[in-house]
Amino acid sequence: MTLTAGWFMGLAAVLFALGGAGVLLRRNALVMFMSIELMLNAVNLTFVAASKALGQVEGQVATLFVIVVAAAEVTVGLAIIVAIFHRRASADVDEFAELRG
Amino acid sequence: MAEFVVFAVFALAALAGAFVMLVARNPVYSAIGLLTTMFSIAVFYVLLDAHFIAAIQVIIYTGAVMTLFMFVIMMIGVDRDEDTSERLPYQRPIGIILAIGFAGVIVVAGSGAWVTGSASFAVPDLNGTIETIADELFGTWTVPFLGTVFLLTIAAVGTIALARYGPTGPRPVDDGEEPT
Repeated sequence: MTLTAGWFMGLAAVLFALGGAGVLLRRNALVMFMSIELMLNAVNLTFVAASKALGQVEGQVATLFVIVVAAAEVTVGLAIIVAIFHRRASADVDEFAELRG
Repeated sequence: MAEFVVFAVFALAALAGAFVMLVARNPVYSAIGLLTTMFSIAVFYVLLDAHFIAAIQVIIYTGAVMTLFMFVIMMIGVDRDEDTSERLPYQRPIGIILAIGFAGVIVVAGSGAWVTGSASFAVPDLNGTIETIADELFGTWTVPFLGTVFLLTIAAVGTIALARYGPTGPRPVDDGEEPT
């Protein structure tokens, strides 16, 4: 069998669905955050596969921007989780339901 | 053929890692599973001749991001098994149904163009070296690239602000003495 971009896109779709399931099913804020990272990675894979299939480098540049935004998102998101944990001593999102601190 | 074998092996590794991340009760195991998936994706980038992106993937994701995750897991001490007893028991089945439905919709929407689709890669072969990416990034996309500079600066300042200021203003400065 030959390797085409479709194989990578199919795999990326499955990984994206698994990440979405993680956000829906888990209640640990850290694991939900990891699931979001997995979804971003799956989209990056489709970008690079499409870039290869079309012979254009724009997809890889888009991937680079996604990686930069994800890095910024991880630093701020983890800082927020740590700040919440200092008040609540829990990483369970069900505990964060009230807006009063 | 050899490429396909490499793809199959690391596709299984990626799916197994993602599944472990999804079902593991301990966040440390989830982080290890995600690490496996991200490294496998770096191998896919090499297969797709995106060598620079593959290096960035290993350095930033499996290096920096996952290390940060592990650090936070250890620091806030949630590296213990999660209590999965539900207080509202109907939500988990609804979540599973939504996830399966979402995956089904994606497969149906894409099945026309995937695996059976475009037979081969483009004829002008793309080689994702630093040179080709830099030509595009610093030629066409200079202004968005400078935007990411602001984004990273704002993220760094925001992180420091979140760590520095508590509910009652600035936290007292640690003077380096041992707490009694």
